[in-house]
Amino acid sequence: MDLNFSKEEVAFRDEVRAFFKDHVPPSTRQKMAEGRHLSKDEMVAWWRILNDKGWGVTHWPKEYGGTGWTSVQHYIFNEELQMVPAPAPLAFGVSMVGPVIYTFGNEAQKKRFLPRIASVEDFWCQGFSEPGSGSDLASLKTKAERKGDKWIINGQKTWTTLAQYADWIFCLCRTDPTAKKQSGISFILVDMKTPGITVRPIVTIDGGREVNEVFFDDVEVPYENLVGEENKGWDYAKFLLGNERTGIARVGVSKERIRRIKELAAKVESNGKPVADDQKFREKLAMIEIELKALELTQLRVVADEGKHGKGKPNPASSVLKIKGSEIQQATTELLMEVIGPFAAPYDEHGDDGSNEAMEWTAQIAPSYFNNRKVSIYGGSNEIQRNIITKAVLGL
Amino acid sequence: MDFDLSEEQRLLKDSVDGLLKASYDFDQRKKYRAERGGWSKSLWNKLAEQGLLGLPFTEEEGGFGAGAVETMIVMESLGKALVVEPYLATVVLGGGFLRRGGSAAQKEAYIPAIIDGSKTLAFAQLEKNSRYDLGDVATSAKKTANGWTIDGEKFVVLNGENADTLIVTARTAGGQRDRNGVGVFLVPANAKGVSIKGYPTQDGLHAADITFTSVEVGADAVIGDPANGLPLVETVVDDARIALCAEAVGEMDESLKSTVEYLKTRTQFGVAIGTFQVLQHRAADMFVAVEQARSMAMFATMASDFDDAAERAKAVSAAKVQIGKSLKFVGEQAIQLHGGVGMTQEYKIGHYFKRLTMIESTFGDTDYHLRRVTDAGGLNS
Repeated sequence: MDLNFSKEEVAFRDEVRAFFKDHVPPSTRQKMAEGRHLSKDEMVAWWRILNDKGWGVTHWPKEYGGTGWTSVQHYIFNEELQMVPAPAPLAFGVSMVGPVIYTFGNEAQKKRFLPRIASVEDFWCQGFSEPGSGSDLASLKTKAERKGDKWIINGQKTWTTLAQYADWIFCLCRTDPTAKKQSGISFILVDMKTPGITVRPIVTIDGGREVNEVFFDDVEVPYENLVGEENKGWDYAKFLLGNERTGIARVGVSKERIRRIKELAAKVESNGKPVADDQKFREKLAMIEIELKALELTQLRVVADEGKHGKGKPNPASSVLKIKGSEIQQATTELLMEVIGPFAAPYDEHGDDGSNEAMEWTAQIAPSYFNNRKVSIYGGSNEIQRNIITKAVLGL
Repeated sequence: MDFDLSEEQRLLKDSVDGLLKASYDFDQRKKYRAERGGWSKSLWNKLAEQGLLGLPFTEEEGGFGAGAVETMIVMESLGKALVVEPYLATVVLGGGFLRRGGSAAQKEAYIPAIIDGSKTLAFAQLEKNSRYDLGDVATSAKKTANGWTIDGEKFVVLNGENADTLIVTARTAGGQRDRNGVGVFLVPANAKGVSIKGYPTQDGLHAADITFTSVEVGADAVIGDPANGLPLVETVVDDARIALCAEAVGEMDESLKSTVEYLKTRTQFGVAIGTFQVLQHRAADMFVAVEQARSMAMFATMASDFDDAAERAKAVSAAKVQIGKSLKFVGEQAIQLHGGVGMTQEYKIGHYFKRLTMIESTFGDTDYHLRRVTDAGGLNS
């Protein structure tokens, strides 16, 4: 048993850290640290820098541009990236549809899509959730009917993150209405420029626009955009959702936010001294740090296990990562709110689009707190995670 | 980065678990507790035969030179079986003082007797007003021509009722709460002037309140520096905290297992109560709490080898905070989910709860250790 990184791993961490230090655009880092949204151009510019370095699709098989890193190296890379902070490669392309294509897609699809995912020439979004299908995803209704060499798609997707920027969407569609819930679903790739697609923003409580509704009205898609077999889409979706297990704890994000909490707590005064000196505040912060350390180690246990025994048999501890990771992220945004107290109130109607140069340093703290309520809802709500623990771990 | 046990460590785990499985079910535990002194001499001898009492001592001392991971393995197993025999008091605490601070003569006089199971020890530290402050020592040790005279009172001395030798903190100089001037002394339990009032504790162990009245010990009774023994005390007590974290993980693990078993078998309204989502989610939260505690018990175990004493202390405290938080939730919810059965003296789950509860306030509770982490500038600084 040895919880330290090896010499090689430390050297790797230093290399990654140095590269990020030199290559993340300062304005990107600054905006991320302040909890502001990045423009599409800012994100894509950074991802292309990563890809040029050969770090765009790190966990893919080598033949498609992956690095062949160990699970510990992947862990280090993600954590260092989160601590910069800088945006992780676009999950919808790199972590979701990419692996589905290279695992289940045909050669033509691999050739056509994989290089463009890596270079972010195609910006992808995810068409899973529907107004009536959230946690019960398999109840989805969006229909794809075969008509000659085309699919005709009708229906609606929702909570589609960054659909406003997307060139492509991967959709779960019902292709056999007579089959049982899970067995009549197919996995289809759709060009967002296809006539009949309408994207409508959903403004979230923080005033931000991250998510959208996507409507499909007689959308014609070439039959060849089906991935794998017809009616096997649910299997691919399960593969996709199980794929990115260890990044979900977002330990680096919480570490970075703790750094910011300390920075602000040293500035803001209460009773004639910095909030940072307040015993109650310090104990709250120490408690979060302890829980984060526990989570980090739980995550490393999962990572080390994957490295040793492969991804086939998930470590039971992995179910803890989403629940605790989201709770700690939320706790850090709450503590940031407490640090600035009454100065959380002013609301900037321009949001963080950059048009208001005089935006106060505190302006994004409340929105970030509001926005972070999402982390215990998305990616399988924490209640769904408890269902998973109940069944898969406890056998109840 | 490796969380797996080595081949030897796995064998050790199998052998401890095997021994306890064969000779330490809950009914057997009741019988052991009914023996004289409240624990089983024959079981203690079995632990000695398997070499478990000699684990942390070097080969020259007659032991196995095992490290913190081996102690973690043993403590977790002892926790699972809710073992009442004085492993913590004798091997971790008593043995810890001797191997970390003892002279060659002291080691020779005591360690073989620990290893072969013939002698047990107890650490007499707590005083009426000291609470969790190890340096708050009113008991005095006055220098005499031939050695020292000890006067004072110690409370809730684990295994104090049965131990052959007491390891006592006493002040050789300075004021009651000064860091300097704390000495550590070996005192035979049958020495003149030692008065021992033993009693069972809430968790089924045995402890004692001990009064020292003009107790004379020789100059060779001092472990380490009589003028500055506190660093040794802090290190050994941190060893004990690390061991307690592992023990608590064993007890939490077993509490969760028993609870899940109960949810599967208890039926109400015509179905197993484990089909109710509110109970499922509670059990899932218990699982999360146990895994977080397990991670921190490992962290504390690894911290055992830190060279920097302050970093070591901070890591141990952080672990004790997480364990304290987790054990309270797991222990209380285990009772809740067992319903009325959990309230009975007869059923085992309440006994796990009681031991966990006592661990929380042994050598610093959650608030104390959170304060210790905070005062050290937080965990990530």
